[in-house]
Amino acid sequence: MKLSTYNFLTSMAIKGVKVGFPLKLTISKKELVETEFNPTFVERLLPKLDWSAVYGAAQVAELAEDIPAVQPESIVDNEQLLQKLHHLLFEIDVLEGQLECPETGRIFPITDGIPNMLLNEDEV
Amino acid sequence: MARLKLKKLEEYLQCVDGFEKPKIMLEQYPTPPHIAACMVHHMQAQHDDIEGKFVGDLGCGCGMLSIGATLLGAQLTVGFELDGDAVDIYRNNVQEMELPNVDCVRADVLQLPGSKWEKTFDTIVMNPPFGTKHNAGMDMKFLEVGLRLATGAVYSLHKTSTRAYIQKKSEEWGASGSVVAELRYNIEASYKFHKRQSKDIEVDFWRFDISGKD
Repeated sequence: MKLSTYNFLTSMAIKGVKVGFPLKLTISKKELVETEFNPTFVERLLPKLDWSAVYGAAQVAELAEDIPAVQPESIVDNEQLLQKLHHLLFEIDVLEGQLECPETGRIFPITDGIPNMLLNEDEV
Repeated sequence: MARLKLKKLEEYLQCVDGFEKPKIMLEQYPTPPHIAACMVHHMQAQHDDIEGKFVGDLGCGCGMLSIGATLLGAQLTVGFELDGDAVDIYRNNVQEMELPNVDCVRADVLQLPGSKWEKTFDTIVMNPPFGTKHNAGMDMKFLEVGLRLATGAVYSLHKTSTRAYIQKKSEEWGASGSVVAELRYNIEASYKFHKRQSKDIEVDFWRFDISGKD
């Protein structure tokens, strides 16, 4: 699971959960992969991302020094930051770990790189 | 323009592993490599909907369409699939083909609307369950979700017999749909109740333009 994907995952499908975001991320095994840097793509994705969850993921991935805690006003001209975002969002593959619902504590396991967001019938 | 020729793309897609034990209740029919190749090639060559785009694949199964889109240059692809066996095969396929920019999430597609995935993808691709096995209308539910998740276009397969209904519903949902091609979809005898060796069904390949939707 890439950290870009993490930024979109919620536990809001659980009955009674209001926001269900951001999920508390734990990484126990990760792998670095290399993907083509496309600054336009990062820029286009940015408005859809939640910066606090981006920063939270950077802390868990031990890349917090690369990412400012608050989203800078202008990122478009900051190619260095775009590259760091690219690396954080697309080049870290979480192989094993878990996601925890902030409201209920429900754990969603990440196994072999796949987050399992399926809920039991009595949870929805 | 597409970065791979159609023939080459089909050759690559023939290496994608399919379901080991297809599950009848989930209507797990693999998308044949030839059809998948024609579909994604059309999306890129005719509409520029793949290269550099964020692509979502609903009910991605073993990843035939996800992988096709990625081979044609999708910047990032995320597949959603309910079935645990299918997601494992998807992941293996992606790793064997050394495609680093493809993710798979095990989730119920019908729970995605209203989540943060809404209006996230440029392009949604899908080969939905046709809704013939005790789950009538499932393809329409998938389509409705797809139209909410994409901002540009949704590509889908539906039985030709439902064409008029799909045209009407998709308009209600704010999409401008058109049938790209009529396919003879060959479903191999992957389930025991298929008495004949192979059965053709008539399927429409649709493109829904939602760039004009609010």
